[in-house]
Amino acid sequence: MISDAPVLQQTSEPAERAAAPSRLSRYAGPALGLVLPVTLAVGWELVVWFGWSNGRLVPPPSRVFATITELARSGELVRHIAATLWRVGLGFAFGVVAGTLLGAISGYWSLARRLLDPTVQALRAIPSLAWVPLFILWLGIFETSKIALIAVGVFFPVYLGVMGAILIVDRKIVEVGRTFRLSGFAMIRRILLPAVLPAYVVSLRVGLGLGWMFVVAAELIGASEGLGYLLLDGQQLGKPAQILAAIVIFAILGKLTDWLIEVAAAPFLRWQDAFGRAKGA
Amino acid sequence: MLALERVSKTYPNGAQALARFSADIRQGEIVAIIGGSGCGKSTLLRAIAGLDRASSGTVTLDDEAIASPHAKIGIIFQEPRLLPWLSVADNIGFGLAELPAMERREKVARALARVGLADKAQAWPRELSGGQAQRVAIARALVPQPEVLLLDEPFSALDAFTRRDLQDHLLDLWADTRPTLILVTHDVDEAVVLADRVLVMRPRPGRLFDQIEINLGRPRDRNSPLFENFKRSVLTSLDRSLDRSVPDRDATQGPGQAMWW
Ligand SMILES: Nc1ncnc2c1ncn2[C@@H]1O[C@H](COP(=O)(O)OP(=O)(O)OP(=O)(O)O)[C@@H](O)[C@H]1O
Ligand SMILES: [Mg+2]
Repeated sequence: MISDAPVLQQTSEPAERAAAPSRLSRYAGPALGLVLPVTLAVGWELVVWFGWSNGRLVPPPSRVFATITELARSGELVRHIAATLWRVGLGFAFGVVAGTLLGAISGYWSLARRLLDPTVQALRAIPSLAWVPLFILWLGIFETSKIALIAVGVFFPVYLGVMGAILIVDRKIVEVGRTFRLSGFAMIRRILLPAVLPAYVVSLRVGLGLGWMFVVAAELIGASEGLGYLLLDGQQLGKPAQILAAIVIFAILGKLTDWLIEVAAAPFLRWQDAFGRAKGA
Repeated sequence: MLALERVSKTYPNGAQALARFSADIRQGEIVAIIGGSGCGKSTLLRAIAGLDRASSGTVTLDDEAIASPHAKIGIIFQEPRLLPWLSVADNIGFGLAELPAMERREKVARALARVGLADKAQAWPRELSGGQAQRVAIARALVPQPEVLLLDEPFSALDAFTRRDLQDHLLDLWADTRPTLILVTHDVDEAVVLADRVLVMRPRPGRLFDQIEINLGRPRDRNSPLFENFKRSVLTSLDRSLDRSVPDRDATQGPGQAMWW
């Protein structure tokens, strides 16, 4: 025991020295990532400002920003964002419910998996956009077909995530449940659900990403409002600043909704050996 | 009393892991099971726990046949198998879900103090050392007060000091309610320190080969000549179970010989 003391003293110093660069890199890391885009943006802004380019096809950041504020002031922006969010939200909800249910059934019940999974996998092999004409024929060109397309995009990652997570639940942990004589429902609630949760959250985030991708596709195909409509409108009327404005808003909304899932799930995942947290996220 | 009667197990792939294993184990007795790798020790323990069914033969606890996990039988595995999403306290209380919250909290707090981890109540399992985690596993298995506690190489993943520590601690806990302990081990030292009786198994197919009563009072002095004698007889029996020549006296006293596998 006594011999521990000098060893501890020896190790504490390099540990401190190691902590210093990590604290630095914690702030420098994200900042470093900003250097390139900010330089490009500022550079381009200057190029246009000095008149070396008219910036007609590639508008400078200030013009994109002006477009956004203008859209916001007229109330257009809110309308478009609301329309898009509504579609993504509804499509995401349907996709998640269906993916979770079928994924859980396939994961839990091997007969269902053998029955269901080959079909789902075959459907997954179809590029989802190939459904568009069919959906329009079946569901019309308005909201329903758009939401269905988004739901299809969300469905597959959620289905796969849930089924895969259930299949790889540690048999040893399940055995602990068995030794305490958990019945089917208690086993699901107390063992399977918490064990599956981390992978489930990841699949939700992947699903949401696909939802955003598919809402663009759906709105490009034909819509009278929504951010995708802004894209199309900007292209047809030759307004690149509007296109870029829509892209920026897509980026912000995508990141924001993803972050919402992360934050909502965080309290349930505190127990995890978080790799990200160790890196100082 | 726990009665094992001609318990046999043939796995679906045709491997005969256990053949007509019979033994009667008294309430409160500590039995160590020792034997070569693959001789069916885990298979036997899982059959007693009701986790796997024996192909033939019966396990009965106080005249009740055991075919599935039973409230009076607890098990501790080689790994702690704590649920990573529950705090240490909630892990210990896992088997007490039916109790009212107040009573559960009380029992958990007492168990935590008993295994010396009161300050870790709110820690996550990942924040524990191997020895601490195994203590929690022991507390979790003991807190519903089983009549029989099965242990499958519970300390084999721990270093020698921690192992000794936990062996003593286990005996200490055992003295509280005196459950029957059935302990699978590869460590002759551990078997002789803990057990009232050592069952030696023989492989292919797994069956009972020999029994050695350890007539030593407790606490046991690991360095006494009597202790050495019992260790030597267990080692000898073990070697005969594997058809090896009986080791000479010097070899059995070498430091590496006490750990056996
Ligand atoms: N699930 C299984 N399916 C088929 N054979 C098995 C299975 N589990 C164990 N066996 C076989 O049964 C025999 C006994 O296995 P068991 O795990 O009971 O041995 P053990 O005495 O616990 O060994 P060890 O000391 O290495 O843990 C071995 O020959 C093993 O190969
Ligand atoms: Mg084993």
